Amino acid sequence: MPDIQGVVNEFIDKLKKRKVEGSLETAQLTAELLRSVISAQKLPPTNQAAALIEAVRDVGEKLIAANPVELSVGNIVRRVLHIIREEDVSLLTSDTGNLTLLPGGDEKETVGQGDQCDPFAAAIGAESLRPQLLHMLLGNMPNSAAACHTYSFGENAEEKSKSDIFGRSRKLKHDVIEAINVLIEDIDTSHELIGEQAVEHIHQSEVILTLGQSRTVLEFLRAAKDNKRSFRVFVAEGAPRYQGHALAQELVGRGLKTTVITDSAVFAMISRTNMVIVGVHAVMANGGVIAPVGMNMVALAAQKHAVPFVVVAGIHKLCPLYPDNPEVSSNNLRSPSELLEFGEFSACMDFGCLGGAPLVHVMNPVFDYVPPELVSLIITDIGGHKPSYVYRLINDYYSSEDFVLNPKDASLKV
Amino acid sequence: ICGDFVLVSGDTVSNMSLAEALAEHKERRRKDSNAIMTMVIKQSKPSLTTRKSRLGTDELFMAIDPDSKQLLYYEDKADKGTVSLDKTLLSDHPSIYLHNDKQDCYIDICSPEVLSTFADNFDYQHLRRHFLKGLLDDDIMGYKIFTHEIHSNYAARIDNFRSYDTVSKDIIQRWTYPLVPDVQFFGNSSTKLERRGIYRSSAVGQSLSAQVGPYTVIGSGTTIGNHSEISNSVVGEGCKIGSNVSIEGCYIWHNVTVEDGCKLKHAIVCDGVIIKSGVILEPGVVLSYQVVVGQHFAVPAYSKVSLYQQPIKQDSDEELEYADNSSGIIDASSISSLPDKLSKESTIQLSESQLLAASEVGNGGLGFIWSISEGSHEEEWGHSVAPIPAAKLLEIMNISNDEVEVQQQDGNLPHSGELEPDSVVANSDDDDNDMKDDYDFFEKEVDATFRRAVDENIKEDNVILEVNSLRLSYNLTTADCAGALFYSMMKSALSAPHSSSNDLVKNATNVITKWKKLLKYYLPSMDEEIEVILKFEEMCFESTKEYSKVFVQILHLLYDKDIIQEEAILNWASEKEGADENDKLFVNQAENLIKWLNEASEEED
Repeated sequence: MPDIQGVVNEFIDKLKKRKVEGSLETAQLTAELLRSVISAQKLPPTNQAAALIEAVRDVGEKLIAANPVELSVGNIVRRVLHIIREEDVSLLTSDTGNLTLLPGGDEKETVGQGDQCDPFAAAIGAESLRPQLLHMLLGNMPNSAAACHTYSFGENAEEKSKSDIFGRSRKLKHDVIEAINVLIEDIDTSHELIGEQAVEHIHQSEVILTLGQSRTVLEFLRAAKDNKRSFRVFVAEGAPRYQGHALAQELVGRGLKTTVITDSAVFAMISRTNMVIVGVHAVMANGGVIAPVGMNMVALAAQKHAVPFVVVAGIHKLCPLYPDNPEVSSNNLRSPSELLEFGEFSACMDFGCLGGAPLVHVMNPVFDYVPPELVSLIITDIGGHKPSYVYRLINDYYSSEDFVLNPKDASLKV
Repeated sequence: ICGDFVLVSGDTVSNMSLAEALAEHKERRRKDSNAIMTMVIKQSKPSLTTRKSRLGTDELFMAIDPDSKQLLYYEDKADKGTVSLDKTLLSDHPSIYLHNDKQDCYIDICSPEVLSTFADNFDYQHLRRHFLKGLLDDDIMGYKIFTHEIHSNYAARIDNFRSYDTVSKDIIQRWTYPLVPDVQFFGNSSTKLERRGIYRSSAVGQSLSAQVGPYTVIGSGTTIGNHSEISNSVVGEGCKIGSNVSIEGCYIWHNVTVEDGCKLKHAIVCDGVIIKSGVILEPGVVLSYQVVVGQHFAVPAYSKVSLYQQPIKQDSDEELEYADNSSGIIDASSISSLPDKLSKESTIQLSESQLLAASEVGNGGLGFIWSISEGSHEEEWGHSVAPIPAAKLLEIMNISNDEVEVQQQDGNLPHSGELEPDSVVANSDDDDNDMKDDYDFFEKEVDATFRRAVDENIKEDNVILEVNSLRLSYNLTTADCAGALFYSMMKSALSAPHSSSNDLVKNATNVITKWKKLLKYYLPSMDEEIEVILKFEEMCFESTKEYSKVFVQILHLLYDKDIIQEEAILNWASEKEGADENDKLFVNQAENLIKWLNEASEEED
């Protein structure tokens, strides 16, 4: 499908050139792109789910490779894969449950359960269902799931199945696309959903500390304000990009009393705060978070003074990988021009005179890792959870087969 | 092109967004239609010691009006740091900033008038030197050039090896984010940034004992052998680095094979080169495409090796010389591949005669060392990838210190190197130095006159006339004339063939006898005579050392010929009493003569 390839390539290009910024926007675009890919995908009569999975995985790998730092891309890809599998299973269960409908698109080719009210068929259906569950538990490779088990029960069944396969295929795609639409909607409304929980957490006359700028935090605080809570906000500026300044301006625009402090002053001021609420880049599988640089410092300060460290994040930021996974490039070094004036330091960087090797290096990491012990609560669009609960969420939203998208991806080290 | 356009040279690296500069330019143009160009500049201080910018070009001087950001003066080949500004500039612009810490990014936003200006002045060869300066000097059209300074963005132009090195290191340091090796702007290999600034591609095979040092980029598909060390370098794709190789500060392009035990320092190695085992590449070496370097060969510093012979600009005689001048980089392997592109610093075309030479030599060697042509040797250290050697830095610092000292003396002093050695006589103060200069010229002229006289057998009176006129023009005294004449005479005697000092004396005798009258004319008083003796002494010390042995004899001769009286000699001797031992050398030699003179004078008395 040349035009879908074009769209895919365009998006990959944008990711490569870092023209898309922000987890939310990236997640939205990724989901929409995958939806287009799926709708454009022509499915074979059998093993449809496998074909879909292949296609999505293919595109997904390229997307992730284009921008490995933006973890939400991988999250959405895995969500979509999970959706495909789930829809597949649900179609199958609904068929076998009814016994009138033909079995849905199965990884295994179960031809011919037919519309015979055949307990045998039901049994077969159930049997095919159970091994599926089993293999999910055991975490087999999805390719093996695509191995064909042909159950042929008469020619009727075949004919009917052929026509029903047609129906089945449409149904699977249809279901998957509907589910993806739900996903996109969820992503869009994540801020509102999170904001609704603000009332439970912020009470009267509280002092809240935050660092940098996060739209989620802004919405959270705005929702609390709308619900007649009165509170003050301390904003740590978040060097070197000083996005805290912009957040402070926005908060004032909403009528909140704001105090701007430097990152280094956080420990000094934390004793006067009631709660720390921050937005993060990603939530990892162990409950730790990847947050803007300086957050670890804030978390340590909060722990010392027993101030709750609350993380607000949409569910699209939930990453099924662990932070020590080599696939995860958790940090990104940006240009040192955000720290230093190039012109002033150009004398230090005269490599011709200094023996060829640069003596002054400037590093500008963007992210920080906060371990789960320092996080008190993670508020997502489906509610607030402790970091130790994250594994359950991952189980609900992702399939374990998708964690490693491409097993051949490990780099060679002799 | 009908509207404004952005002019960028093809070798520019930048991550700036043009939007701001464009908006400024458009705004300015609306208000003032003479504002035809906006130059992008960046602050970058030149090195204090070498007076060159980070990018290997000379210091750049720019005068900018801080309010309007107009460029008023641009000079990139300033003479030893002196800049002269036109005073009329100040009348139009109340304040001017003179910068030498700016770097020209060669990114310009131009209006269509620029094109028409180029069309008018068709001999503008260089964009900056000719076009820009022409525009600045041109009062008729009144075109103005403005500048736009970028701070947090990066822009640089690569036009020599030094800037290649500097900009590469800047990219590795991520000043050009997001155009950095681990963000795949171009190409498809995924590179990861690891600790200490190492960019490693996905499919690199590295031995456990190999050390990849800081700030290195390793391309995909490269293998590195045991115990090898790579630091501060860029290695391309598909390279095979052997064991025990040390690579420091090098730029190695794709598909290069480096065998075991090599040492590469600050070199550029282009695609497809094979470096056999045990080779040492000195700093500043450039190996062009497909060259093969034989085993255990040490490539000399700052040399460029190419499959092509060095292009010759001379006539065909030298071709044959060069044909044998292939370097020692011979290897067993056979035919070189088809002509690839030459390494990028050579812009010289292959002439027909050279192609002939290549076929004469055949395809035996696999590389020729391009000898450093005269005149460009000075620039090699400035333009190479290697850091400036410490010795050179010291040298430059010493030179600049010397210059500072000299300038602290009288400003009109000529540089010490210009003074003649034989005029460096003790007790010279400033005025004397000036005079000494004149005296040298005078002496030369007199010498020329004398020689002409000898050759053409001119009468003495005429010679006297000429020498007088010279004296008047140089404003010197008769003593000087006498000295100069004596000098010339002695020189001519010297130039006549003689095999021993006796012959020399004979020659001198002849000359003096012949030109006695001439010399006598200029010796009216004793002072002049003493001057002559002094001059003779000087000659013996400095220029005509052959006379030192026969000093006494000549002196005696002069006395005999009545050119010099005994009183002069005696006075001279007594004057020299207080002098150093060196000065007294001839006095001692003449002691006998003096004694005899004394006795003689006593006798007479």
